Amino acid sequence: MIEIENVHKSFGNLKVLKGIDLTVAKGEVLTVIGGSGSGKSTLLTCINGLEPIDSGRILVDGIEVHAKSTDLNKLRQKIGIVFQQWNAFPHLTVLENVMLAQVKVLKRSKAQAEAEAAKQLNHVGLGDKLKVYPSRLSGGQQQRMAIARALAMSPDYMLFDEVTSALDPQLVGEVLDTLRMLASEGMTMICVTHEMKFAREVSDRVAFFHQGIMAEIAAPEQLFDAPKDPELQKFLAATH
Amino acid sequence: MMFDTALTTNDLIFLAKGAGMTLIVTGISVFFGTILGIVFGVFRYQVGPWWAAPLTFVLDIFRSIPLLIQLVLANAFVTTIIGWRISGFTVACGVLSLYTAAYCAEIVRGGIESVPQTLRRAARSLGMTWGQDMTSIVLPLATRVALPSWIGLALGVMKDSALVFIVQVVELLKSTQILITRLQEPLFLLMICGLFYFLISFPIARFGGYLEKRWSND
Repeated sequence: MIEIENVHKSFGNLKVLKGIDLTVAKGEVLTVIGGSGSGKSTLLTCINGLEPIDSGRILVDGIEVHAKSTDLNKLRQKIGIVFQQWNAFPHLTVLENVMLAQVKVLKRSKAQAEAEAAKQLNHVGLGDKLKVYPSRLSGGQQQRMAIARALAMSPDYMLFDEVTSALDPQLVGEVLDTLRMLASEGMTMICVTHEMKFAREVSDRVAFFHQGIMAEIAAPEQLFDAPKDPELQKFLAATH
Repeated sequence: MMFDTALTTNDLIFLAKGAGMTLIVTGISVFFGTILGIVFGVFRYQVGPWWAAPLTFVLDIFRSIPLLIQLVLANAFVTTIIGWRISGFTVACGVLSLYTAAYCAEIVRGGIESVPQTLRRAARSLGMTWGQDMTSIVLPLATRVALPSWIGLALGVMKDSALVFIVQVVELLKSTQILITRLQEPLFLLMICGLFYFLISFPIARFGGYLEKRWSND
């Protein structure tokens, strides 16, 4: 379970998160929508401790992320994150990309790591690309590789930060299909996205962020069909 | 011999020994200079320009004062002022190592800066530690970027090592001068000397080219 309690966060004078309260249960798929600068991506990087917070707390399975005593490197093994930019390690083959952290962080043997990497890459449909370098892959393929790389760490939670935003339109579908597959397998996921159709389809709940505040959170039918918050109404009108 | 010269086989061996000395001084200096350069470069990148300012200043001194002056001053300082009884060879290697390190630190820093932050963030988000990120992601990628400059530095240091004659180290150029004084055949001897330099440099340059080509598959 991920528990976010009254989290505040600012970059310099800019207040990005102004008191977020949110709980994500095991097995839940939560999508977060909102305009740019609403703080939704920042929240994800706070959850796995890549960004410090100003006040409040975030608990992952009862462990406080920003406590000094928390071993962040260990905690991050539970929480996979995939970014907008797919961040393939260019000097490693697709297979090696997915093996590296398994060997270094989880101390798996090379054989174990290779088997797991091949399994995850097959899972996301890259079984025939194991030996090639990322530069030979399309953006969509690189993004799926990044997903496999995170999954190979056997995480309990997956965070997706606008993973289709940097892709050519014709490549968005294959990545969303991968996310749909994960959702149907019961993975606990928080997806920050601009894909409204996708959000409606896969989510258990959808949260709308506006200027650092979670303005509304509800089941997708309710949030999309009967939005209460005026800002959300405006946002939906603009994106439809 | 094809044409008339007083050069004997023994003289050629004497030159080869000088070339060997050039190679040894260069090898030691580039080796230690590179290790120091990596340490300094990583440090400079990690602590930021403000905290690294004293180190940057010292390195700037080594980069801006002519090597010949550094060698003379270091030799005088170590042997007469401090009074250590160390050889000119040790002084030469020490000064050249620091000289190499000063340039190498900049190359290393530039290489590290070329690795995108987002990539390092991805590595850390997989649970990798700072050290694992450094050794598995940053240094391999930075090396690819820095290699051409580093090869240039190594070849430069090899040619600059000719100046260590000033602390009584008889390397290739000094050996040549000794023979010139005796045989009075400067042009011929300088050609042979140049040939020796080329024979040392060429494989290094080619090896760099080979690595660049091998790494370009990704």
